[in-house]
This record gives sequence, structure tokens and C-alpha cells, in this order.
Amino acid sequence: MVEYSVAQGIRYTREHEWVRVESGLAVVGITDYAAKQLGDVTYVELPPLGKRVARMGEMCVVESVKAAADVYAPLAGEVTGVNTALEDSPQLINSDPYGSGWLVKLADIDQAGLTELMDAGEYRSFIAEV
Amino acid sequence: MRSIFEQSRAGRRGVAFPRLELPAEAWEVAVLPEGLRRAAPAELPEVAEVDVVRHFTRLSRLNFGVDVGTYPLGSCTMKYNPKFSEDLARLPGFAGLHPLLPQLRRGGLLAQGALQVLHDMDLLLCAITGMAAFTMQPLAGAHGELTGIMLMAAYHRDRGNAKSVVLVPDSAHGTNPASAAIAGYKVVPVPSRQGVMHPDDLKPLLNQSVAGMMMTNPNTLGLFEPHVKTIADLVHGVDGLMYYDGANLNAILGQVKPADLGFDIVHLNLHKTFGTPHGGGGPGSGPVGVVEKLVDFLPVSRVGRRADGTLFLDYDQPKSIGYIAPFYGNFGVILKAYAYILALGGPGLKRVAEHAVLNANYLRVRLSARWPLAVDTPCMHEVVLSAAESAQRHGVSALDVAKALIDFGFHPPTVYFPLIVKEALMVEPTETESKENLDELVAAMERIADLTESDPESLHAAPRTTPVGRLNEVEAARKPDLSYRGACFG
Amino acid sequence: MDFIPHTDQDRAEMLAAMGLESMEELFAAIPPELRARSWELPPPLGEMQVTERLTRLAAMNAHGLTCFLGAGFYDHFIPAAVDAVIRRGEFYTAYTPYQAEMSQGTLQAIYEYQSCVCRLTGLDAANASLYDGGTALFEAAMMAVRKSGRQRLVVCSSVNPIYRVMLRSYTANLNLELVEEDLSDPARAAEFIDERCAGLILQNPDFFGRVRDHGGCFAQARAAGALSVLACNPLALALVKTPAEMGADVAVGEGQSLGLPLSFGGPYLGYMAVREPLLRAMPGRLVGRAQDAQGRQGYCLTLQTREQHIRREKATSNICTNQALCAVAALVYLSLLGKQGLIELAEINLAKAAYARSRLTAIPGVSLVDEGPWFNEFRIALPIDARLAASRLIDRGIAAGFPLGRYYYDQPNHLLVAVTEKRTRHEIGLLAEALQAVLEEYPLS
Repeated sequence: MVEYSVAQGIRYTREHEWVRVESGLAVVGITDYAAKQLGDVTYVELPPLGKRVARMGEMCVVESVKAAADVYAPLAGEVTGVNTALEDSPQLINSDPYGSGWLVKLADIDQAGLTELMDAGEYRSFIAEV
Repeated sequence: MRSIFEQSRAGRRGVAFPRLELPAEAWEVAVLPEGLRRAAPAELPEVAEVDVVRHFTRLSRLNFGVDVGTYPLGSCTMKYNPKFSEDLARLPGFAGLHPLLPQLRRGGLLAQGALQVLHDMDLLLCAITGMAAFTMQPLAGAHGELTGIMLMAAYHRDRGNAKSVVLVPDSAHGTNPASAAIAGYKVVPVPSRQGVMHPDDLKPLLNQSVAGMMMTNPNTLGLFEPHVKTIADLVHGVDGLMYYDGANLNAILGQVKPADLGFDIVHLNLHKTFGTPHGGGGPGSGPVGVVEKLVDFLPVSRVGRRADGTLFLDYDQPKSIGYIAPFYGNFGVILKAYAYILALGGPGLKRVAEHAVLNANYLRVRLSARWPLAVDTPCMHEVVLSAAESAQRHGVSALDVAKALIDFGFHPPTVYFPLIVKEALMVEPTETESKENLDELVAAMERIADLTESDPESLHAAPRTTPVGRLNEVEAARKPDLSYRGACFG
Repeated sequence: MDFIPHTDQDRAEMLAAMGLESMEELFAAIPPELRARSWELPPPLGEMQVTERLTRLAAMNAHGLTCFLGAGFYDHFIPAAVDAVIRRGEFYTAYTPYQAEMSQGTLQAIYEYQSCVCRLTGLDAANASLYDGGTALFEAAMMAVRKSGRQRLVVCSSVNPIYRVMLRSYTANLNLELVEEDLSDPARAAEFIDERCAGLILQNPDFFGRVRDHGGCFAQARAAGALSVLACNPLALALVKTPAEMGADVAVGEGQSLGLPLSFGGPYLGYMAVREPLLRAMPGRLVGRAQDAQGRQGYCLTLQTREQHIRREKATSNICTNQALCAVAALVYLSLLGKQGLIELAEINLAKAAYARSRLTAIPGVSLVDEGPWFNEFRIALPIDARLAASRLIDRGIAAGFPLGRYYYDQPNHLLVAVTEKRTRHEIGLLAEALQAVLEEYPLS
């Protein structure tokens, strides 16, 4: 059976995004489960800086050879940073999904939305069921 | 293999066009001013004719076609392509005919033979499908779908209907939702039950916003949709139109007519059902037929008949959706399908469906002993197997099975489609494969099933008999190399 | 004749294997009330009868006219080796090369075709081809809409009118605004290029055969954030400043000039090339170079996530096929002619058109409409309705050109004349003499 890593201390969506809030900024990525479902990531279409995203609105696209997955914003906010390292090394999403494979930083976020997201334990049971 | 660019030598020539006959002053003015000339010549290869012929002959030997062997690629109807129609499409009276000739005054009289082909095909396809009229213009199946959805939109616009949604079953080809979206509609998927659509799943999705529904029947699981008439009645109940994707018409030629099932718009793939070659990915041809109430919306022009019996192109169609192709469709392809239909005639076409279904069911019965069926019922023209069990137990995926079949001398079935079947292997033998060919395919699949248990590693390494093994598609997508960047040699 | 190999014994054995007694039982899943009640199709024919019938129909078409008809579709000479290659069953009876290991022939050929299109246009990436020039232009227009997020397309009225009517049909349901204006004067173009413009669509040589530098217009489009699209006859690109040199983002066009027969309107070949940043917004198939585990070089379809079979309703286009065999034909043609041959052929076209221009304008009452330079086509003004003149010339065995009144109501007397390498000095002379004779029958007003 394939093992999926789940990082502690961050929140998760049912669409397999994770979000970590640090001093008012949200860092967003996709989970190890999502990365493994996709397979080797070949390309990431990052959003333009300054773009406003709604909660669970389409934020960017992660592609493998045979699939293209929309990534949704776990929280409403404004894109203030994107991981440009992914342009040359999209494989970071597979090798380090919760670290150097992050996708987008959001500012001006709606922190209240955080409570509706899963914690690590809840997400672990969620993917066990899927 | 070395590219044609790498075989180039400066100064070497293939075909030459000598400068003859013109007076000297014509050459003097035949020069573009400096500011309009390209800075440097296009670096095309410089090779002799013999180099060209050898290069492409060698390339052709790296290819597999229906002329080489059995090609049971589901959904694609890879039947034998008769040779005589290739000759006929090249007759100078067809191949050398300028498409604008009939647009010159009295020019139509000089293209009566070509117009006759288009006219006859319209009638033949109507007889086959039960539709009222066809346009030959769509240049491929997906282009036919787009045309069909544009017809749908024109109908609703004409009726003052505000429609925004096209329903598409979850088993549909990807072109269906893409075509509906390109034509400006929102796509809503309809779920399947045991591989077919059930009216109860459709009812909650039906409302006045529904412009129509796209259906393939038999569907992509090779199953006839038994509730199709009820479904059509429901869609018509909200003034929606029923669209028939003709991808699988081969299964029902002479048995069922789409019009009798309640369909309003039909596209056919001449390159699947009517024996024209696939060309390595095209050209195809996707004529669209409609019922009486939609005839006025068909693209311009249409072939009409004058009182004196001559044929003409009718451009006077005020309700038409307009031009979807520059002229009359992929005429060269239409010609080949015409020759095919004339050769088979009514009885032959009926035999096509019978033998396509016979072959698919024979494979179903023979293969199901070793490979689980996606749906365990008799099928029409194709059967869908699942490699989910071998993937889970032995790590042998549908892709591994496909690649292993290559080493046995077969083109693989379609894999990973339809999307609703895990590890799908979609097998469509067509009517032109003999029993011996099918038995050999079964033997190969049985051998692969053995290897799945005894030596799964060997399957991961397949194919071994080809000029290249499995290519690293991940690297190819990460660092796309889409054109030869090197200089021409020499 | 039905190409079905089964013998009675085969059928019996196969039915027995599945426990059936008749072929009819194979269709048991179809509700009886849905079965066809009639099947009124003609009886079968033999290969010989079908051949006779189609040969007779072919003979009813006047392909023997001396052809000065062009308007985007040209009567060029096709070397025999082109057909010799594409008649190989390994090429023409294959499907789309999804199984790369057994499709290297098609794949490498498409890669080389893509390379040739890049070299002709000067742009960075070309797709594996689209249906034809008109649908390629529509796809380019949609790319501009997606890329810019804007709704207005500005199209020059000297873009092939057939393509423009296609564009109108395709955009009818899409809430887009099509602005069709004469933009041959860049100052006038400026009026329409602003922050609402998604794309600027021009053609070179234009529909009237004129060769122009559109660099100025495209610079304005770029400054306004609009995409620059240029439709080009690929044969002209042997000589003419490339789309890249003019600053176009996208080049499209009809590839029929590159070794495909006129064939009464198809199959043809739409080519498309783009600048690198637009690569992933491009519709259609793409072939890329790749390696296998042993380091052997091969080719495969790539960047498929743009396409309908993966992204379904979010795909860049609904296109599924390309015109693979036509692209192979174009590649063979370009390889046979080569770097020098294509230039020489383009020069012959230019020169023969120039000669025809001098002969036709020497006829009293006939004048040129435009100033040059031209490629292989030009428009002349006649003292009578061009449709009438063309019709009279057909009686003399000549398709003299395309009467422009059909698409341009203000140009009833204008005739568009195309001259390819196939037209001899003698035939050009015959055209001039015949036109003069026809005009002499009508008193000059």
C-alpha cells in the first residue's frame, strides 16, 4: 500500500490543499496524497500577483503528464507571493509537498475560514476513507 | 532515427523548378523590396529525392497501421481501408478541381460530378440514420460536434429560448464537453448506472435551462442505452435537443436509426464507420445530419437540384449558422466514404454491424475467462475490460498490458477510457478481423495474464521489440523539445 | 463487396462459443420497438462498378480549365514523391500516435513538420496542424480571447473573406465583438487597437495578393496588450519577412500550397505557430522529443493536458485530430524542394504573376487596383462586371480568376488573378488575348 505523509500543525481541505498561516500570511500547497494521485508534476500554472481569490475559488493549476488539477484557495485572500522555484523544478511538489513545494502566499486572508478546515488527524482519516 | 535536417548537405537538391520561358524584365521586377524580405532563408533541409524517399520509407517502417496488423483500438473503429477508394479520390477530375469553380457564374455546371457525390452522400446518410438532411462540411468528428452544438444554439435563439446547459454522460468522449464549452455552453455531467444512463438520474438535472443532451449509443462501454427513448422524451419535454455522437454507429448500421431513437442531430465519423483511413490522426470527416425542424439552420452552402435536373450550391439560407468550413468539407475523404457505401450497399452495411458485434462478443466471451469485464453483459461492437485487479494484486496496469501486446504484434486497445472504469482496456475488433486474428489476440492476452502472475517485472519492461521503449514523458513535458534546433549539416 | 473475412464455418463456431444460435440474437439488448423498420439503401456493387461510376462522375468536372483561380487555394505542381510517401499504408492506415513505441514514423514526421513551420514563420513552437486555414484562424482568435480576457477581435477586411465569415459563424454564440475594418493604413488601425482589443488579425500576403509590413500595427497591438495574429501563405514565407520579424505572436494559415491537391476544398492543412510564452495556450496536438530508459531518442505526444481528452470542458480547444497525413505531405514537399528550391519556386510565382500583370494591364480598359508589391496574386479592374467576364472566359477554357463582387459588393468589376508556377508564358498570353477578345465584345462606357 502507498503511504501518504500528513504534516502536523497545518489545516487541510477536502480538495487536498493545505494551508499554514504565519503572521497573517497564508502559505498554500497541495498534499502528499494529491501529489501522489497526480504523479510526477510537470508544470504549475501560477496565478498573477495581486489576484484576489475567493474561498475555494480556482487559484492555480498543477499538471502531470496525464492530468491537470485545479488547486482551490483554502481561504479567501490576495495572492502576494508565488513559488517561482516551481517553474524550473515542478518536481518539488512531489519531493517536498509541505515545504519547498509550496505554491502560493495569500495576504488579507479571512482567518475565520480556518476553523472549517480539517486538522492533520481529521485529514488522515479523510484520505483513509477515499 | 536521424532527422531529415541532419541529412542535409548544402547545395544538394531534390525537386528543381527551372527558370524558363519568361522575358528578362519579368525576372527583374520579381524581387521584393529590401524591407519586405525575410532576413535569412528558412533553414529547410537540402536533400536529394532519393534521400527523401528513403527517409520517409524508413520512418513508415517504424509505424503500425491497419495494413500491418490487428488494431483493436476501442472507440476508433480501425477497420480495413479499401485500396480502390484511394485511387478514386486521386482521379484528376476530383483532385484537380478548384473549390471556387462552382462559385463562378455557370461554373457549377462544370462541377456536376462533384456536386453529385455530395448530393448522393446526403441522401445515403439520411437513409442510414433517418435524418432529414446532412451537411458534409464538418472536417472531423469533433468539428461535427461543434457544428451540432452551434445548430442547437441557433435553434434555441430562433425560438427565443434562454438555454445555457448541455448535458453530457460521464462516460462520454472528452470532445463532447469540450465541444459544448467551445460553443458557449455550461456542461453538466450525467452519471451512469451499470454502464448505462437511467432516466431517474437525469430527471433532477432537467429544467428549462437545458439546451440539449449529447449521447453516444452504443455508449463508450459498448452497451446499447436501453432507456434512450424515455431519455429523449424527457429532454424534449424541456424543449431540449438530442445530439447523437456517431462514434459507435458501426454497431447499429441497418439495425437501428438514430432518428427512431429520438435524436435530432447526428454526427458521423466517415473515418470510423465508412472505411476511410485515419491517416495517423487525420484527415477525417464528420458530416452532421438533422431532423426536419433543424434543416434551415444547416451551414451554407447546401447542394440543391434545379428544375432542369442540374445540381447547384444554394447560398440562400437566411437562418443558417453560416460557414463552418471554407467549402464543402474534406471532399477527398467524403469521396472515399461514398465509394465504400456504394460497394457495400444496404446488405453489406448491415453485415458490417452484425460482424462487428459478433467479433466483439466473441472476444468478450473468450477474454472474460482471464480478464474481468467492466460490465458483465453482452456488448455491442466493443468490450471494456478492467486491469484493476492485476494492478492491485500484481502491479500490472492497463498500460503494462497494452505495452506487452505490442510485443505480440498487436496494436493495443484504448486504455484508461472510459474514465468511469478503473484501468480500462477498451477493445474494438471491427468486422474486418478474421476469427484467426481474434484467436491470436486472445492467445496473447492469455499469455499476458499468465505473465501477470508469474513474471510481472517482464511486463513493466515491455515493449522490447520496438525501436524505442517507453519514453520518459515526464521529462518531455517538463522540458519540451518541440522542434529541431540544430543547424542543417554541411 | 464488404471486406468481411468470415466464412460460414467461422460464424457458426463463434456463435457456438458464446452459446448463441443466430446473428440476430447479438442485438437482443436493443428493445424491439427501437429496431429500424426500413433500410432503403442501394444494392452492393463490385470494385469495378464503383470505379466506373466514380470515373464517370470525375469526368463531369472541368478540371482541365487553365486555372488562374486562387483566392487562398492554389493550383501548384505536386512532385510524385509526395504521393508515393503518403500512400504507404504504414502512414495512412495508422491512428493518432498514442502508442508512441509503434508510431515513431508518424511522430518523427510530425516533429520535423513542426520544425519546418517554426523555420518558415520564425516563431518558437508549432503544433501538429489543425483542420484548415480558416479554423486555425478561429483557434488563434480564441487564444487571443482567453489570453487577454477581452471580448473584441479586430480583423482587417483584407483577410480572406471566407475566413472572416467562418469567424462570424463560430463566434455567434460567444458574446464576442468582431470588428472588421480596412486596416491597411496603420494610422487607421490605431483607432481600433486599444485596451478592449483581445487580438489584431491581419493577413500577409493579404487576400488581394499584396505584401506589406505589419510591424507597425503589431507594435501598437503589443502596447495595448492585444495578441497579434498573422495569417500567411507558407509558400510566400520563403521570401517575405516572417511573422516573427513583423512582431506577430501567432502565425496561422492554409498549408494547401505545400503539396496538397485542390481536391474541391479538402482535405487541407491548417498550420499554427506561436511565441514561446503562448505555448501552453496553443490548441492541438504537439509532438516532443523524449528518451527511453536506455537513452534512445524518440518522439511522443506531449503537453496533452491542454487537450480535450484530459481537460474536457476546460480544454484549449475541442480539436481531437490533426491533419496528420496532410502534414506529412507538406513535410515531404518541403524536404523535396528544400531551402533553395522553395525560394526559387516562390520567385517563379512572383515573376509569372508580374508577367501576367504586365500582359493584362496592357489590355485597353484593364487597370491595376493596388500598388505593389504583390506575391503571386493581384486584383485588376475591368470595364465590365467581372462575373460576366469570368463566365465568358470559362467558355474559352480559362478560369480567369475570382470575381471579387461576390464578397465585396463595392468591387463588382474587380477580378483577383492568381498565377502559379504551373501557368506557362503561353497560357498567360492566352488569358490576355481571351480577356481582350471578351472585352472587345462589350462597348467601353
